[in-house]
Amino acid sequence: MSEKSAAIRAEALESLLVEKGLLDTARIDDVLTLYNERVGPMNGAMLVAKAWRDAHFKQQLLADGTAAIAQFSFEGGQVDKLVVVENTAEVHNVVVCTLCSCYPWAILGLPPKWYKDPAYRSRVVREPRAVLTDFGTHLPAEQEVRVWDSSAEVRYMVLPVQPKGWETLSEGELVNKITRDSMIGVEVLAEVAE
Amino acid sequence: MVAHRASVAESVGGHLDGIHDLGGKQGFGHVELDASSKEGRHIHGFNQRWHAAVFTIINSLFVNGAAANTDHFRHSVERIDPINYLSDGYYGRWLGGAETMLVEAGLLTQDEVNSRVLNRGYELHETVAARPSAAPDLFSAEERNFQPTAQRLVAIEPRFGLGDKVTARSLGGAGHTRLPNYVRDVPGQVVALHGAWVFPDANAHGKGEDPKHLYTVRYQGADLWGPNAESSVVLNIDLFEPYLSEASLG
Repeated sequence: MSEKSAAIRAEALESLLVEKGLLDTARIDDVLTLYNERVGPMNGAMLVAKAWRDAHFKQQLLADGTAAIAQFSFEGGQVDKLVVVENTAEVHNVVVCTLCSCYPWAILGLPPKWYKDPAYRSRVVREPRAVLTDFGTHLPAEQEVRVWDSSAEVRYMVLPVQPKGWETLSEGELVNKITRDSMIGVEVLAEVAE
Repeated sequence: MVAHRASVAESVGGHLDGIHDLGGKQGFGHVELDASSKEGRHIHGFNQRWHAAVFTIINSLFVNGAAANTDHFRHSVERIDPINYLSDGYYGRWLGGAETMLVEAGLLTQDEVNSRVLNRGYELHETVAARPSAAPDLFSAEERNFQPTAQRLVAIEPRFGLGDKVTARSLGGAGHTRLPNYVRDVPGQVVALHGAWVFPDANAHGKGEDPKHLYTVRYQGADLWGPNAESSVVLNIDLFEPYLSEASLG
């Protein structure tokens, strides 16, 4: 089914459901507003920035992610249980869902297209180092790679390593620099020349 | 309405080993990055209105009862035509699943959908992702009372503990499962216990929640992929207790 045909089929289904009183188009606008404005990777970036600045929060986040984020009442769903895994000089973590596209919507928003495509889902469990080079990420051979396949309702987020030189930035400044891809684990953060 | 390809092929049975089980398959090539991973570092959200419409239709399935629960819905996506599964993209797959659920629940008929899409210029040669079954799984009204959280308290103690060596085996048959093929029959080690959770293999088919203990099991890359695998790689995956048995020694 082409993109054009899928759009036609979606609009046909929408119109039938509206006629039968099974769908309110206002809900579609609500969903657009929710995921375009309030639910997105800025929520995860806020958690990472806070963890880098607050050792107690970091310890909580790593010990029990679900409890640590409860105070923020994030919308968006898909995080019944959160496990946060920490990148270090010795270990690099990367997240996938090989069976569908499970993803921590409430803290990272909607997943990027590549996360849901067959290339990433099939390959990252088998050759993660090679897949990461597709993202321009080259890991040292001595660093262990840990892949997390989200096959149940536990959702995973990566706590990236803070780059050198970012220690003086405020949490607000950090939120604009911490990327979604670093929290999925396909990118290592670094200072980018402006 | 019957002869052309825009008609819908009936789904035959469930898909324990369907095309959706992609882990470890080769030949899909490089990851294609989109703008959100390149120049637009903070792009997020929907980039097509119809994607949001499909998302909202999926949400509505849990309100109008067409989908009994997340596992039931996930299985409808696994049952779409394998060619469509690979070609239609994420929201196309969801659309196929939604159509399957709505027709199976009797909220729409396939003829209604077909007439409407043809009126709107749907190309007759296009295959269709939806594959409703003539004999869908039955769910009691109680089972359609969708509860979003899947963790449950159970009296039964977990069978395995941290550090235990385990092997996962397919339960066989046809239907929904969360045990991917690539970890089956390979020894792994329990590294986390998560309490008991609704068992998708039962819950997807109207057989009740049947909560089971859930574990994170860790595999060594070389055990999964052989001696030529990338070095120093481990794979962690969340597996339900019925999939697991003690790994045989040696």
